Amino acid sequence: MKIAIASGKGGTGKTTVSLNLALALSNVQLFDCDVEEPNCNLFLGFDLEKVEDVICSVPVINQEKCDICRKCSDFCRYNALAALPDKILFFPSLCHGCGGCTILCPEKAILESQRSLGVIEKAKGGSSLEFYRGLLNIGETMASAVIRTLKKYIDDQKTVIFDAPPGTSCPVIASIGDADYCVLVTESTPFGFHDFRLAVDVVRELKIPFGVIINRWGLGDSSVEDYCKTKRIPILLKIPNDRKIAELYSQGIPFVRKMPGWNEKFLGVFEAIKSQLVGLEDVKI
Amino acid sequence: MKQLTVISGKGGTGKTTLTAAFTSLTKNVVIADCDVDAADMHLILKPRVLQKEDYYGLEVARIDLELCIECKKCREFCRYEAVNKNFGVDPYKCEGCAVCTIICPIGAVSMEKRVSGLAFFSKTRFGPMAHAQLGIGEEASGKLVSVVRNNAKKLAEQYHKDLIIIDGPPGTGCSAIAAITGTDLVLVVSEPTISGIHDLKRVIELTVHFMIPTVVCINKYDINEENTQLIEKFCIEMGIPVIGRLPYDDITTKAMLQEQTLIEYAKNSEHANESEFASQVWQIWAKVEEMFIDTQDKQKMIKSLETKNL
Repeated sequence: MKIAIASGKGGTGKTTVSLNLALALSNVQLFDCDVEEPNCNLFLGFDLEKVEDVICSVPVINQEKCDICRKCSDFCRYNALAALPDKILFFPSLCHGCGGCTILCPEKAILESQRSLGVIEKAKGGSSLEFYRGLLNIGETMASAVIRTLKKYIDDQKTVIFDAPPGTSCPVIASIGDADYCVLVTESTPFGFHDFRLAVDVVRELKIPFGVIINRWGLGDSSVEDYCKTKRIPILLKIPNDRKIAELYSQGIPFVRKMPGWNEKFLGVFEAIKSQLVGLEDVKI
Repeated sequence: MKQLTVISGKGGTGKTTLTAAFTSLTKNVVIADCDVDAADMHLILKPRVLQKEDYYGLEVARIDLELCIECKKCREFCRYEAVNKNFGVDPYKCEGCAVCTIICPIGAVSMEKRVSGLAFFSKTRFGPMAHAQLGIGEEASGKLVSVVRNNAKKLAEQYHKDLIIIDGPPGTGCSAIAAITGTDLVLVVSEPTISGIHDLKRVIELTVHFMIPTVVCINKYDINEENTQLIEKFCIEMGIPVIGRLPYDDITTKAMLQEQTLIEYAKNSEHANESEFASQVWQIWAKVEEMFIDTQDKQKMIKSLETKNL
């Protein structure tokens, strides 16, 4: 079973929930899908090894063969190619690697080479948890490509947890789109509540069953709880607004390791998810 | 016209709260909410929409099944696995590259425009505001960020404002890059957690990569003073000014619940710590304004960024 942890608003506790849930379960894989800012391993401290470079095809233009017909630059939807009077300019960071320019060039002046967008890493053998993460290179924009490559390492026999990036756009869809269940983490402040409703729209659109964890419970007002009650959205857990949790977080310590009783609570979350999914087809629990 | 972008790398460090507070401290400003996939600024600034326009993101391929001869070429050439077994196109996977349109031997594929969001021109109690709403799960949020920034420039010209404050998105990817390129100054709002520090380093790499002068402020500094010192030390080494520290305080949530900026909220507060908090924010803003005046210093900063090797 694949469980995604998402939120809409940033900083609501996705990584905290992902880590604490992964540490409470056994036979589990944890994927850090926030490839722009992956934080899970700051708390796990594993030795990581590279398993793969994420690459993107890029055109290499043979300027001698090129007769500047502009077919490639007219075609490119990402403005990665620009025609000057005497040559074609290429802007690698805009290229999505679709290969269209190579296909179109009548002079066969465009070949393809490869460019690294980022890297996939995993925790070395002997680590207490099977952990993978993607890391997007600085200055690169194609987070979704890194996330898609990361997901090649999913083992269907295991419980899989995805720590998703914030927001509602393409990297979020790439992270949670194939999940059997989505946990939305929110706080009950006006910003948290607003972005939570956007996240609810996303999981509804993708038809993924979901539940809610309210973090920093006690902060703000009761808007999230009231909304969940009206919409019959299950609340899986409430994590109190406790300075101790914030301090442990600041030091890089998952709080299940230090605060008694929380391991069981996260196990309870997993049980609640399983029972919510009972009766739904196509889900391997 | 000057542009300031507020980013953080890590989400939830206080970008929008601070940006909203800044707008209430200056008169000559246009506000741009560039966190287009989870925009929150409007919850505080309550903009009155003057004009809205459709935003067209990347086009999506559509295969005419009546014409399709099932030669599978589109599936073979699509690098995003967007064409399924039945020759349907998955709109979430399609990147709008149009390779399928040139590869289809019978011209059964066309590219369709679609509305992927809305862009707004608005007025707020602190000045004009450009903002947007991205459709659920849409691609190309970076492109919409650019639209919002363009709209903000139009508003600045129209209303004779000489400063644009941009509330940026979290992360370092497509929308963050679109929010900072060509801006005059980046303010990074950090927090002294290990993830805050990690993400701060990544965004500073990003601003160095694009050669944009950068300053840092540390929010919730007292949650871990050791980490706060680590941030300050790192910034000194990088030649990046730390222009303020703010304590962990629930004034931010209280102000938010009242739909006020924390400057507005603190005006009516009887608690000394809340007025003190607002005054700290005011001092941070004063330093940002200084940075804009002192362009010579800015040139110096760019020089120092150029020589840094991260």
